Amino acid sequence: MEEKQKIFRDNIFKRLFWPLMALGLLLLFNLIFTKGFFHIEMRDGHFYGTLLDILNHGSKVMILAVGMTLVIATKGVDLSVGAVMAVAGAIAALLIVQVESGWIFVQGCTLGGLVPFLNAHHMSWFLPALAAIMISLVAGLWNALLVAGFRIQPIVATLVLMVAGRGIAQLITDGQIITFTNRGLTFIGNGHFLFLPFSVWIALGVFAIVAIAVRKTALGLFIESVGNNETASFYAGIEAKTIKGFTYVVCGLCAGVAGLIAASNIKCADSNNAGLYLELDAILAVVIGGTSLNGGRFFLAGSIVGAILIQTLTTTMYARDVSPHVAAVPKALVIIIVCLLQSETFRRKAMGILKTFKNK
Amino acid sequence: MRNRIIGLLAGTALIAASVAGYAEDKKKLVVGFSQIGAESGWRTANTASVKDEAKKRGIDLKFADAQQKQENQIKAIRSFIAQKVDVIAFSPVVETGWEPVLKEAKKAGIPVVLSDRAVEVSDESLYKCFIGSDFVEEGRRAGKWLVEKTGGKAQIAELVGTPGAAPAIDRKKGFEEVIAKYPDMKIIKSQSGDFTRAKGKEVMEAFLKSPEGKNINVLYAHNDDMALGAIQAMEEAGKKPGTDIIIVSIDGVKGAFEAMVAGKLNCTVECNPLIGPQLFDLIEKVAAGKEIPKRVVSEEGVFDQSQAQKELPNRKY
Repeated sequence: MEEKQKIFRDNIFKRLFWPLMALGLLLLFNLIFTKGFFHIEMRDGHFYGTLLDILNHGSKVMILAVGMTLVIATKGVDLSVGAVMAVAGAIAALLIVQVESGWIFVQGCTLGGLVPFLNAHHMSWFLPALAAIMISLVAGLWNALLVAGFRIQPIVATLVLMVAGRGIAQLITDGQIITFTNRGLTFIGNGHFLFLPFSVWIALGVFAIVAIAVRKTALGLFIESVGNNETASFYAGIEAKTIKGFTYVVCGLCAGVAGLIAASNIKCADSNNAGLYLELDAILAVVIGGTSLNGGRFFLAGSIVGAILIQTLTTTMYARDVSPHVAAVPKALVIIIVCLLQSETFRRKAMGILKTFKNK
Repeated sequence: MRNRIIGLLAGTALIAASVAGYAEDKKKLVVGFSQIGAESGWRTANTASVKDEAKKRGIDLKFADAQQKQENQIKAIRSFIAQKVDVIAFSPVVETGWEPVLKEAKKAGIPVVLSDRAVEVSDESLYKCFIGSDFVEEGRRAGKWLVEKTGGKAQIAELVGTPGAAPAIDRKKGFEEVIAKYPDMKIIKSQSGDFTRAKGKEVMEAFLKSPEGKNINVLYAHNDDMALGAIQAMEEAGKKPGTDIIIVSIDGVKGAFEAMVAGKLNCTVECNPLIGPQLFDLIEKVAAGKEIPKRVVSEEGVFDQSQAQKELPNRKY
């Protein structure tokens, strides 16, 4: 048992080595060359600085990447998360405006009354936030139905919601940007708790819950098994369909939480742009983190490191005044290098070439 | 026998109705309009303006939504030609590839008016007129307002639109053209905020944390949404938007006017989607065979805080 755990730990370390190395090098580069990058000060009782911005803005992709890791581990992919973010944000914004204008105030009070230690006024954010999470749950169930129930290819099945979702969000907001000022709702993406941005705590919470659920139970093993060989898993007695569907539901929920953070951060629901292309960032974070798109083994912590790496790159471009016209190039280069280093075949070939040089 | 009479009566009625209809149709101008799609609030307002104005003037408007696809627009224009409309108007999705279909329209003798966006064709006679905003001029106006406000002294942070987009390129060009004459006006930070609130906020946060951040006393944003995002970043960094940092942006959306009333935004240069009235003025002239200029710039204003309160209720988008 001891031996097994050791192997497991070594394996995790090996997988995490390259993305951590890349992140470390990038931070080292900034430490030396970017003035003020590591400057952190206390302000209004919380930390303030560029590193905190990275964590704060990276939290959305971190959360998406957690859900996406599970989906990718089953050999699937969820392209709809960006659109689901937009829908969740739109629902929350629409409802908070209604609650504050008094339309649903009565119900808000009733819900507040259920939790005696909270004043009804402070609960006005609860219903909109809950609704946003519920709608993302429905979106996840829909994807699960298409992929696991009807056996539609994941790319095609989730493409449906990727395209339609943004339309639904537009419909909810009537094509407008809905702004809100509710303190509870804006706290999610702007507030601070124990020195850190609240969104970072949410990301950590989501990560912890999912990590415990998959690693302390057999769930993670089932997911990896389904990703490796669905048919064999089925005959081994694993409910392959249910496991697969479950990952899409989790992914949808993660998208809902991320959507709530995104809308809260800018205090409005921008259906056109909320979460736009973030599904690609999430997939990238998962791949950087060492999880194969072929399914099977997955590394949640790696995905988190991947998400932080992506955001660090983006913020580095801002901090170093890289012109927006060329910013995509250094970003792409770093990511290509990390992906190449992840490939064992590439490493072996590169080592081989290096050795022949040395021998000469 | 009775059936025949009824049939005869019905037939006569039908002919009478169609003759009456024909007479009315002859007076009515028929215009085919192909819109890009409904990709933004600005576009939705643009569509509403065109539709409302046509209704007001009793023009028979054949409206087609292209859903951001050129082939849909070409199909729509071909169907307008087949229906023999009087004038075709459209907002092209992209700049190139219009020559064949515009030649077909010309052959059929139907004049074409471009709305909001231009096309690239070797033969300029393929369309009668292009009406729309002049993005370079908008940049110039923002620059001019700023020169007046700051007396030619400013450390400027710029939030650029999506790299490569025409409004981003032109608004930068016009603005730089104006401030180039003032050596004490410098753009010290310039990054893309992709025309969105979220990116505008994120980039402004990075600006403020940079070593030059505390020197910034002016923000020029290529659209209102980025400015509105940046305002939040300033507030979180303990700066007073509108006072510590003067903010000028472009578009003139409702949210910008609300921010101006609250004293957080200083000026917005209008980029008007409500060009329906001007568009149909031109179309009616074209249909009547009158001469019109090849390029018409839409009517647009520059609004600062003093006008914001009065203008806010008039904002439709």
